[in-house]
Amino acid sequence: MIRADSIFKSFGDTPVLQDISTEFLRGKNNLIIGRSGAGKTVLLKLLVGLLQPTKGTVWYDDIDFYSLNKRQLRDLRMQIGMLFQGSALFDSMTVQENISFPMDMFTNMTAKEKLDRVNYCLERVNLDGANKKYPSELSGGMQKRVGIARAIVLNPKYLFCDEPNSGLDPKTALVIDELISDITKESNITTVINTHDMNSVMEIGENIILLHNGRIAWRGSKDDVVHSDNEILQDFIFASPFLKRLRTKALERG
Amino acid sequence: MFLVTDYNVRALLAILTIFGRSLQLHVHMYPLRVLFHIGRYISMLGSAIARPEKNIMYYRETIRQMYDIGIGSLPIVFLISIFIGAVAALQFAFQLDGTLVPIYYIGYIVRDFAIIEASPTITCLVLAGKVGSNLASEIGGMRQKEHIDAMEIMGVNTAAYLIAPKLVAALVVIPMLVALSAFISIYGGYLAVVPTGWLSDPEYALGVRSFFNPHNFRLMFVKAVTFSFILTSVSCYQGYYVKSGSIELGKASTNAVVFSNVLILLADYFIAVLLT
Repeated sequence: MIRADSIFKSFGDTPVLQDISTEFLRGKNNLIIGRSGAGKTVLLKLLVGLLQPTKGTVWYDDIDFYSLNKRQLRDLRMQIGMLFQGSALFDSMTVQENISFPMDMFTNMTAKEKLDRVNYCLERVNLDGANKKYPSELSGGMQKRVGIARAIVLNPKYLFCDEPNSGLDPKTALVIDELISDITKESNITTVINTHDMNSVMEIGENIILLHNGRIAWRGSKDDVVHSDNEILQDFIFASPFLKRLRTKALERG
Repeated sequence: MFLVTDYNVRALLAILTIFGRSLQLHVHMYPLRVLFHIGRYISMLGSAIARPEKNIMYYRETIRQMYDIGIGSLPIVFLISIFIGAVAALQFAFQLDGTLVPIYYIGYIVRDFAIIEASPTITCLVLAGKVGSNLASEIGGMRQKEHIDAMEIMGVNTAAYLIAPKLVAALVVIPMLVALSAFISIYGGYLAVVPTGWLSDPEYALGVRSFFNPHNFRLMFVKAVTFSFILTSVSCYQGYYVKSGSIELGKASTNAVVFSNVLILLADYFIAVLLT
């Protein structure tokens, strides 16, 4: 479990996050949703330590993330996997080298053990046989899947996904969502997904927080979304007139 | 006496890092902004000099950088060196023509000019353009495409992994390139004045062998090491802290070249004052 404890973050005089306190549960798909500029990426970066909060702290189970020394931080980070919005695959390396990079850097595994692990991860994301390809030879969806394979290669306890569906068609986005959700359940890890894709919210959102103007405006699960009276949530999820009509009809039919 | 022990090195690094961070003032006044950059630069170097997570990974990266910097720069170093020597020889031949100075002095002048000044300084100024802009773009591109963030989340000390191998590679390879440049310059001078009849082959050889002072050779390597450290670290700094956007990447690349060149010329002056 990850717990954000009264987090404030400002850039200069501009407050971006104000008093964020929430829990991200183990074995669940924890979603951070909100409009562009709501502070989702800043919160995600604070959770993984790429940014420092102005006030407040983050707990990984019973570990205060910001009180760790360099060595402890490195040990904890080896339990963290992250999928970036642009996948962040190293261009000069093949798929195999990309996935193998964390193992090359931090483990003493033999070449065969590493290859077996790479092949397992590639199989897990349905990309078996893509070992020798370069990121430039892959589609956006395939790059995301390689990103997921790299994120899970060291069996992380915590998985972070920043906009995993951005730039993907709805069908491929669904495949990525299901993949992340399956991995979360199988390995019982704490997964935090930052998204503004309402399909993801309705498909895999088990523990959702909605950020609005740097504050938590709503929290719940996908089952609570349709029935919630929260205007900010409804404006966000059912943004188009078509979706608003759909919601009204769904509520009329009970 | 100060002993170089692991403890002392660590203490020195800690002091440098604290000093660097203390200079990182978030202010907008120009002189203090300069201090901010100096502080952040020292802090970055402090982080870069750290124990590698995995020696073999750093070794591989260092070899790759040596190849890129060394082999990749050979054609340009060859080209500029041969012309430096040729132009210097022709100019001095023209100046000495009709004077009482022995004509074989051309070889002596070309040799010392190449060793003391032309090869270390001009080669490093050109390498600041070629290697420096390349390093700034490479690291800056990694920053913008979130590669550096990805490595940091994995637990990699990115300052060390991305900068230390480049520094080591440059400190090994660039002095070699400079020494090669000096040799090629002397040969360039030969090609310019011997086949054209300004002086004979034995005269040029006599000049090259005359009045040799080994201190000049040491001076060349001091300059080469200093300049290669400047051009690599300044360029890495510009790339490592690049902001988002292609304009910023272009600016970082330009700044890498401009600041490296200015600092190389400044260092050249101070080395000349201190060591000659």
